[in-house]
Amino acid sequence: MAIAEQHKDGGIGKYVGVYVCLLALAGLQFVIALQNIDASQMFTRMMLVAVVEAVLAVMFFMHLWAEKRGFVWFVAVFTIFVLLTMQYGWTDSFRMRVGAPFSSSSK
Amino acid sequence: MSQADLTMQGHSASLLAGTPFSMPTKKLAMWLFIIADTMTFAACLVAYGFLRNGTPNWPTPFHSITNVAIMTFILLTSSLTMLLGVQAAKAGDKAGAFRWTMITAGAGIVFALLHVREWLGLINEGMTLLKNPWGTGLFGASFFSITGLHLTHVVSGIIALLVVGLRYKGGRYKADDIEILGLYWHFVDLVWMFVVPLVYLLNRSR
Repeated sequence: MAIAEQHKDGGIGKYVGVYVCLLALAGLQFVIALQNIDASQMFTRMMLVAVVEAVLAVMFFMHLWAEKRGFVWFVAVFTIFVLLTMQYGWTDSFRMRVGAPFSSSSK
Repeated sequence: MSQADLTMQGHSASLLAGTPFSMPTKKLAMWLFIIADTMTFAACLVAYGFLRNGTPNWPTPFHSITNVAIMTFILLTSSLTMLLGVQAAKAGDKAGAFRWTMITAGAGIVFALLHVREWLGLINEGMTLLKNPWGTGLFGASFFSITGLHLTHVVSGIIALLVVGLRYKGGRYKADDIEILGLYWHFVDLVWMFVVPLVYLLNRSR
């Protein structure tokens, strides 16, 4: 029981620390939102912060760090691969901005 | 010895082999669901980003980010309370685990109510799925679909927290079930960390 209590206290301290980090990172996103910078810079900075938040939440809150390494690789590789392959359409989005046929800005 | 036992003896090594990654089946199923749901949200957010980037008259109607800041704080704190519930369950503290699970559900309810209040405010200003007073009608469709999908996940999570919490207290569910539910709740929080900057903060009015 004493060992379980000790483990529990150490564990809770670590999770409260991660929680405070997540709060700080969320606060940082709001600070970035209030800055006078252009949208693409704002987007890049916010996404970087969001990715760090996600990694902290997945590794510690969801205990992925405590699982077998093979499972960590399984989750990471498949998830990141699919997320990256979703990005193929961005050239079309930028094309729409400069007045591609049938876009709202072309007359 | 039964016929079934005789049959099993020749095949037990393969049929009773360990689960993938030595993880309990229920937990692995929840992880696979979370990965699949991540793809769903990612597809919605990428599609939203595609539209926002390619549309010249994209509305930026959010004058105040106070409400979304409070909602973010509540959801992050509910993740911590969920974690405390899981820790208590694993330590055998049934009353503590139930208490933290119910606190998490309560935080989820407050989040959902704030979210609905925000929706009603936007609808009062004239925003619908197909049009709004500020710019392209695509804004309403993308905003309500993304935040609505997230809110559906939150409400499902609240119902699950209440049901699993009560059944855990009654002895029907175990600590592992609280842990598995915790995975889902942390996922819901994680998605919100991406929804807030992309849907709210980038559309803050300047």
